Amino acid sequence: MTIWDLHVHMSGAPGATPTERMAQLIAFADRMGIERLCVYMGIPWSKDPPPETFRKENDQVLEAIGKFPDRTFGFVYLNPKHVEASLAELDRCVARGPMVGVKLWVAHRCNAAELDPIIKRAGELQAVIFQHTWLKVTGNDPGESTPFDLAELAARYPATPIICGHTGGDWERGIRAIRAHKNLYADLAGSDPVAGYTEMAVRELGPERVIYGSDAGGRSFASQLGKVLGAQISDAAKQLILSGNLRRLITPILQRKGIKA
Amino acid sequence: MTVDFPRRTFLKSSLAVAALATPAARAADSTRAAGLGLVDTNVNLSRWPFRRCPLDEPPALVAKLREHGVEQSWAGTFDGLLHKDLGSANARLAAECRAHGNLLVPFGSVNPKLPDWEQELRRCAEVHRMPGIRLHPNYHGYKLDDPAFARLLTLASERKLVVQLAVVMEDERTLHPLVQVPPVDTAPLVDLLKKTPGVRLQLLNAFRTVRGEPLLRLAAAGAHFEIAMLEGVGSVAGLTKQLPAERILFGSHAPLFYFESAVLKLKESIFTPEQDRAIRSGNALRLRA
Repeated sequence: MTIWDLHVHMSGAPGATPTERMAQLIAFADRMGIERLCVYMGIPWSKDPPPETFRKENDQVLEAIGKFPDRTFGFVYLNPKHVEASLAELDRCVARGPMVGVKLWVAHRCNAAELDPIIKRAGELQAVIFQHTWLKVTGNDPGESTPFDLAELAARYPATPIICGHTGGDWERGIRAIRAHKNLYADLAGSDPVAGYTEMAVRELGPERVIYGSDAGGRSFASQLGKVLGAQISDAAKQLILSGNLRRLITPILQRKGIKA
Repeated sequence: MTVDFPRRTFLKSSLAVAALATPAARAADSTRAAGLGLVDTNVNLSRWPFRRCPLDEPPALVAKLREHGVEQSWAGTFDGLLHKDLGSANARLAAECRAHGNLLVPFGSVNPKLPDWEQELRRCAEVHRMPGIRLHPNYHGYKLDDPAFARLLTLASERKLVVQLAVVMEDERTLHPLVQVPPVDTAPLVDLLKKTPGVRLQLLNAFRTVRGEPLLRLAAAGAHFEIAMLEGVGSVAGLTKQLPAERILFGSHAPLFYFESAVLKLKESIFTPEQDRAIRSGNALRLRA
């Protein structure tokens, strides 16, 4: 099966430079048969980065993907608290640069109005949009979005695909929260490999709305692949989850940029 | 842009990958081909209290374990978390294990805060012939500086039982809102291990919370670990750089976790053949001997 990983960070990988870290990640990915890695955010992480910080992190990603263009896709990290700077960065890295997606993390909850111009512009560019979400019974961070927040955003942009990062972590609630919004996709990455996760996602969303990601280097490629390879679903569903769905979402922007994959 | 990656190498390996079904299948194949039977030290029978797991019927779990070359699986019971009649829970566990030949090895639950718990320990060892016991201090409501726990360690050591202590059962962020069970504080363990010679202690699901210096101190004091909740790229090989490899055992936390997640970690990491054998089975067999 062809495997593309939606959710990879250089943080947590060994190496002194972005290029070294990316090389290490690719070496581990090779062991697991993973062909492509979507990479976002730099080193160190910043939860609420000012523009100069997210630009620096994006420069690190640009360096890393520049060395491995046949193996990586870059997503631009933005902060909706800085709308104009984020739009400028989106244009720098995606419209004029080699990146193909957008990463939104925990600076600002995603149901806020500040997200609107970013989602509109990303939609125009056909960039893949990834929004982190969690539903922690121990309490989310102040700017950390929930799948319910993302459902509000998705309802404002029903024609724009958006990926629900981690599916809220508490996936039994997260899957339900996004179920009605057909433009929302479930990211399997970055939580314990609890059995039943993938089966429920496929049952409730359909296999075409579920996407494999690992959250490596903090997580293991292996532990997260186990969620798909160990799931009691059809091989056809596994192939959609492991690469087919991401390929379908990312193909329009790749074609615009003349990137073959 | 410069392409530094050795594309020929990748294409070669990709073709090899394409010729096989999945990484999980390849991991199972390599296990069988190398004759490296796995000992899974972290399995549970019965029902997880908060959802049905896809493989929580023993025949399905056993089939999965056998598919991946598991030759021995140390099985506790989910009933041990919340049931008070542990005598009944352990008897069911022992019977279920017997029904599946030699694959499942029962590890009964003991709660040293229940009245006459010593009798439960005796039954595990003498009646059910269990090689070890499994403890859930956080679900049973005691800390590791409780004198009852020290006494339990001593008695288990005298019987040469393996003591498995589950630090957590799941991510604290996703616990049921009405059942907020904190991770076990393992800080008192180092001194207890020093005071209890011969104790055979293995921590289960430790790596969410036990890291850094506390982990090194526990390993130096003789504790063993398993990999079900170990995360990070190449994490098992990384662990062998921190701890002596003989302290690391294979564990899946199935059926609560996908079994493949653990077995694929062995594929992700690069070991020496000696380390590979030790982690797959050798360390577990030695701990139990």
